[in-house]
Amino acid sequence: MKKFSVPALLTILAAGTVVAAHFELIDLYVQTVIMFIGVNIILSSSFNIINGYMGEFACGHAGFMAVGAYVTSVLNIMFFTSSKTFGDPIFSPELALWFFPVTMILGGIAAAVTGLLVALPSFKTRDDYLAIISLAANFIIVSLFINMDSVGGARGFMGMKQIIFAMEDVAFIPWMLIWTFTFTYATVFVIRRFVSSTYGKGIIAIHQDEIAAEIMSVNTNKMKLVAFMLSSGLAGIAGGLFAHILGYINPNSFNILKSTECLVMVYLGGMGSLSGSVIAAIIFTLLIEGLRFIIPAMDTLIHFIPLVPDTFHLSQVLKWVIIPLILVILMQFRPEGIMGNRELADFFPKLKRYYEFK
Amino acid sequence: MFDSIIQNLFNALQWGSFYSLIALGYTLVYGVLRLINFAHGDIFMVGAYIAYFIAIFILKEATGLSGVATLAMVIPLTMILTAMCGVALERIAYRPLRRKGANRLYVVITALMCGLILENGNLAFLGASRKSFPELLDKVVYNFGMISMTNLKIWVILSSIIVYIALNAIISKTKIGMAMRGISYDKFAIPLMGIPIDTIIVVTFILGSALAGLAGILFAMSYPILDPFMGALIGWKAFIAAVVGGIGDIKGAFVGGFLLGIVEILVVAVFPSTFRDLIAFSILLIILVIKPTGLFGVAKSTKI
Amino acid sequence: MSLLKIKGLTQQFGGLTAVSDFSTEFQGNELMGLIGPNGAGKTTVFNIVSGFYKPTQGKILFEEKPINGLKPHRVTAMGIARTFQNIRLWHDMSLLDNILISQHYNLGYNLFDLFVRNRRYVENEKRMRNIAMQLLEQLDLVQFMEEKPKNLPYGIQRKIEIARALSVKPSLLLLDEPAAGLNSSDVQELIKLIGWIHKEFKIAIWMIEHQMAVVMSLCSWIQVIDFGQTIAEGTPEQIQNNPSVIKAYLGDDQI
Repeated sequence: MKKFSVPALLTILAAGTVVAAHFELIDLYVQTVIMFIGVNIILSSSFNIINGYMGEFACGHAGFMAVGAYVTSVLNIMFFTSSKTFGDPIFSPELALWFFPVTMILGGIAAAVTGLLVALPSFKTRDDYLAIISLAANFIIVSLFINMDSVGGARGFMGMKQIIFAMEDVAFIPWMLIWTFTFTYATVFVIRRFVSSTYGKGIIAIHQDEIAAEIMSVNTNKMKLVAFMLSSGLAGIAGGLFAHILGYINPNSFNILKSTECLVMVYLGGMGSLSGSVIAAIIFTLLIEGLRFIIPAMDTLIHFIPLVPDTFHLSQVLKWVIIPLILVILMQFRPEGIMGNRELADFFPKLKRYYEFK
Repeated sequence: MFDSIIQNLFNALQWGSFYSLIALGYTLVYGVLRLINFAHGDIFMVGAYIAYFIAIFILKEATGLSGVATLAMVIPLTMILTAMCGVALERIAYRPLRRKGANRLYVVITALMCGLILENGNLAFLGASRKSFPELLDKVVYNFGMISMTNLKIWVILSSIIVYIALNAIISKTKIGMAMRGISYDKFAIPLMGIPIDTIIVVTFILGSALAGLAGILFAMSYPILDPFMGALIGWKAFIAAVVGGIGDIKGAFVGGFLLGIVEILVVAVFPSTFRDLIAFSILLIILVIKPTGLFGVAKSTKI
Repeated sequence: MSLLKIKGLTQQFGGLTAVSDFSTEFQGNELMGLIGPNGAGKTTVFNIVSGFYKPTQGKILFEEKPINGLKPHRVTAMGIARTFQNIRLWHDMSLLDNILISQHYNLGYNLFDLFVRNRRYVENEKRMRNIAMQLLEQLDLVQFMEEKPKNLPYGIQRKIEIARALSVKPSLLLLDEPAAGLNSSDVQELIKLIGWIHKEFKIAIWMIEHQMAVVMSLCSWIQVIDFGQTIAEGTPEQIQNNPSVIKAYLGDDQI
């Protein structure tokens, strides 16, 4: 019973959402927010492998996301749609549905290979120097896409909606929602299995004492390679989903600000806490979307104060003042993030009776 | 051909001066606290805005004052106010965390967040309209054959060199400078020697932020359009320059800044300008892979 | 066949010669000591043998196979385990995890097995857990199984570090100052423990130690180095009476 409680709960949640979406009980905006939560969960939990469990300070996660987004989108458009850049479809568009996971994983693999850009230097260096290498990698990847005219350059790349339409032609159900749930669950399970195994705990050993890890037969270079490639590969999958949810990507949507968002989610949730990452991703996404409505409300509110001039308006930019401010304040009171390095079950030991998650 | 190389090199020196000035601030703070002060680029932006408001204020209140006289008032005032801004950041955001013994990375994230607050707060409250900085210095162009230099560019380069020399003197000659160097070796021994650690940190932030303020003035005078995000990219880049030079070492930051300036200008001279970041960062990445501690950085040996 | 054979080992750091022309040999399961004043190069010898430094010159053969230049994790997998002068445990993980992670040399499954959680994964995890539990029982550490090392007394931490080293089933155990920082009753415990390990596990032990009580009561053969040079070797009695050893430790000023 314990073994099935979590999967059952997750399936019910996913199925409920999909059914509700199919019968238009929840509108497109809410669906998009739910999908963004999924993407952010993948991003934060995969980034946690490096910055939390392994204790490195990488800050270029969005670069790998970009690689995944572009590779998946280009493959899908090349294979299944007719476009100006890539000509007629190579395969029949109906196949798009069945090959969607394949192209997603190919995008992930491409991102994982790009992860070598940071993984290989990490053998020799760590800490702040590695931070810079990852930062530079992020810049390099983004400006590489800006200079690639075949994928639209700085103007961006679009046409992914065609893929969604092709999938919906096969069966008219909210496919992206299904894919997002699938890949989000898969990511969390993969990471959970990885870090709870003796193999994966090797990266925690590297975090706590790299020299001890090396002497106690942990192949530290191999572990770093695995960790970086896993992390960037999953980021690539998040990128692929992101591209298809929006239907449009632009190199600048994967710049340092996006990487900063990933950092925020990891440290908000707590280094080395998977449930923390998931919770932080949910809170963060809801916060960003919620502020969209709260800020205009605040604007109306402050205009009741006679001192405020009528010409002054609170803009949506304020979102990016409020969120960092919340984080700065949170850090003052809880400098280890929401969960620290503990998991949900450590906080509520009684929960252990009802589920087993591995 | 030769002329154009010299011309480009001159422009590169001027461009590199900005990176150097900002990189020095990064490196000072890093050297003392082991903290990547990600808000530093935005302190630079704040410096430019402070300079703008002071200049506008002086020009409006004291009509008839010459540009140079205004500048003579703007520079010290801006440096002082920017330094206060940097110290405030330290007091409000970093110090409480340090006191609590939080993980170093959380302080870095706090710095990153403070940077975002400064950028977006500026955009939200001052509006998106770009400010154009008044011309304070009459432009004089010197021509040597095909090479043209403006007085402003020469001043920019000169001031970065003067700052470096002065900073070097402070670090190696004064008592507080020695304490700053001492902290980077052993932060527990310094308080035992009777040197208050917080004083040193405050002085570090004053120096670093004042330099960012100076860079802000010079930048605003050279490229007189101000926008809230002007500090973000240049800050990230200056930080990378500091690391390539060997972070924590002021010579490294100085040279790293100029190196990045030269690489960027030369790339633009040869390739389309969109390739600037791509090639400049690739070169820096290669340098770091070959020499992981930067050009002047010393490898910290881990004791086994 | 000899277990470990070191010949003409020299290590230079820049202009400094930390170890010069060091040689030694383990035939079977001896218990040998390496002593010398601070900074004599003892730990450097251990660092070279365990693979952290690549020696400037010299040969190291372990079970007749050359091991110089191998990465530390490979050396450990071949059967040389070590402890550190300043305890290097993974302080934020449970004691059980500390032992489990040390099984990385013989995981028996790969990443794919891990992700699909197949039988190979489950069985190997169980096997490693059994190894760890058996070791903890042998060393009487079971009651601390779920504790984090940082919360345990120093003497226990030492014992845990030795236990962790033993978990890779070494045929040679290098102990770098195991008695450092222990009080006298802990030292007595430690002497008993090392003697017991030596008999029970039938492995060779090579230790660096400053406390003569430990060295003299345990080691059958002792080497003394000073400024990287081997200045004496012999049985404990021979070493105790060797004039150059006394000179190295006490200086040659005649009172």
